[in-house]
Amino acid sequence: MTAVTYEPRDKPGRWAAPPRPPWEEKPSKAGLAGKGLTLTLAAFAILFPLWIVVVTSLQSKKTIDAAGGLVVIPKSFTLVAYKELLTGGQVQRAALVSVGVTLAGTLFSMTVSVLCAYGLSRAGSLGHRWLLMLLLATMFFGAGLIPTYLLVQALGLTDSYLALILPSAVSVFNILVLRAFFMGISPELIDSARIDGAGDWRILWQIVMPLSRAVLAVISLFYAVGYWSAWFNASIYLTDQDMMPLQNVMIQLVQKQERPVGLATQINTGQLSPLAVQMAVMVMALLPVAVLSPFVQRHFKKGMLTGAVKG
Amino acid sequence: MSHSTVPRSRAGAKAGRRSPDGGPPDGAAGRAARRRARRSAGRDAGKLGFRLRFGRDRTLILMTLPAIALVLLFNYIPVLGNIVAFQDYDPYLSDNGFVAMFQSPWTGLENFQRIFADSGFWHALQNTFVLFFLQLVLYFPIPVGLALLINSVVRPRVRAVAQAVMYLPHFFSWVLVVTVFQQIFGGAGIIAQTLRQHGHQGIDLMTDPGIFKFLVTAEGVWKDAGWGIIVFLAALSSVSPDLYEAAAMDGAGRWRRMWHITLPALRPVIALLLVLRVGDALTVGFEQLLLQRDSVGPGASEVLDTYVWWNGIRNQDFGYAAAAGLIKGVVGLGLVLTANKVAHLMGEQGVYKK
Repeated sequence: MTAVTYEPRDKPGRWAAPPRPPWEEKPSKAGLAGKGLTLTLAAFAILFPLWIVVVTSLQSKKTIDAAGGLVVIPKSFTLVAYKELLTGGQVQRAALVSVGVTLAGTLFSMTVSVLCAYGLSRAGSLGHRWLLMLLLATMFFGAGLIPTYLLVQALGLTDSYLALILPSAVSVFNILVLRAFFMGISPELIDSARIDGAGDWRILWQIVMPLSRAVLAVISLFYAVGYWSAWFNASIYLTDQDMMPLQNVMIQLVQKQERPVGLATQINTGQLSPLAVQMAVMVMALLPVAVLSPFVQRHFKKGMLTGAVKG
Repeated sequence: MSHSTVPRSRAGAKAGRRSPDGGPPDGAAGRAARRRARRSAGRDAGKLGFRLRFGRDRTLILMTLPAIALVLLFNYIPVLGNIVAFQDYDPYLSDNGFVAMFQSPWTGLENFQRIFADSGFWHALQNTFVLFFLQLVLYFPIPVGLALLINSVVRPRVRAVAQAVMYLPHFFSWVLVVTVFQQIFGGAGIIAQTLRQHGHQGIDLMTDPGIFKFLVTAEGVWKDAGWGIIVFLAALSSVSPDLYEAAAMDGAGRWRRMWHITLPALRPVIALLLVLRVGDALTVGFEQLLLQRDSVGPGASEVLDTYVWWNGIRNQDFGYAAAAGLIKGVVGLGLVLTANKVAHLMGEQGVYKK
């Protein structure tokens, strides 16, 4: 006879609470209300500013003028600010630079980090303890801004996109997270592949990496966000304004309120609201991050914790 | 290849780890015994022979080289560049900055004397400490509270959405965070705009030196407090539900369970994060402060990191700025090591093991 398993006929809704253990007291009304209120307030504090930015970027000049600036309740819809920004000019170029640096940098960082993490992840391999120490020690000291700046200059990297990638290409923390994850892969799997004749390259590519998709996604996101958000290195290593990435252009246009090069006529003749343009630049900076990070969210805990503690 | 079939011996791996069977007790004698054990373990592993092990592991070593090279180049070599702190460094003495380093005149401790005589340095130091304490008091408890709150939410969907929203600002750049705050608290922000529409005077909290340090702390909370809950949530999820049930059977109510089970479970994590924070006390948000330095002025915003930037990058006084950076680096290293020592004394693990 087959065992009969009990399955509830009506599956609880996805928002419903799971059954409460019998020993737990029922929550008080006040407690529930307090929790709900706190969570709502926190979400409001985070989302309301973003709402204003996004809404204002999509409003016509008339709506913005009527509201006297930022718009909270949308009254019109137009993509004119984005259209103007993305048909050539300073912001479009900066966005392309940022996308390029982010893609190239992330690919480079991931390649270097995954190789290093795997190279250090096989227990008992020659010298891995020394190499690990070499990496770990960097977490205790920083060389300092000035010597690093002088080094990048002496290497001739100024006014090159390499200056935005190479100095920050390796994050020891990220390597440690990857390494801890690789070490968690069952050694039997790797040994059997070795017996079947696979070398280390092949084991990494065909066994370790496919099994580590979660952590690879998290670390890629960390690196990508790092490159996308960076502005300081560009501000000290690049002198050519045409090479500046999006964040630096955002400092000029939004924080310092300069007029975007090339759009001055549209703004001065009153076709385009400068505020909508500023908000559109901000949306361009936040959109990729806001869209990508929730997808990787479920892996955060795993990715963050396997590495950090084990060392 | 014959090399690849040499096993990376389990025995070697196990012996390589410190004190395999509990090890002798702590203290100097214990440490010496452990060192002996490690050395003999090394000999065991050495039975395979260096040549053989190298042949077997050379692919692995090769794989680490790109990262190691980058770390050596950008983390270790610049440490040597700190010699300019003892020079009147002039980068224009030669086409190459390295060569200029050897042609610049040595000045001994003159840069340091100038720094200690500069009231701007002491002011930056003071700002650094004030910001550190503000962040410690106003920022640090928030992720703990939020984690307890999220942990008490039982509906999985509500939990996931709340987490997604709270993690989001962590991934924003500082430029974005500062400009977002500008839209709320700035002179043309939504608060000032609403005030003006109701016949009041507008306010600009972004350029007010009096409250700037609170503003900076608030920006930090907005950006990272949500992300900070992740480690606490992990610690909370590892608490066995049996503990709660047993406590409830014994008549412990909601709050007593939190006090006697939940909070003790968080204690090691809180201790570790405190150690890390104190060890990093001199770093209080370089990018964030640099971005707002112009709008609020150096009086309220200058910290050690921006002081180095101003003197070195802006004023090209490299030797002087490197000396200031070196002071920060050395004091910072001392702080990390001290904080770890304290953690060990408290019986917590700290950043590294003894």
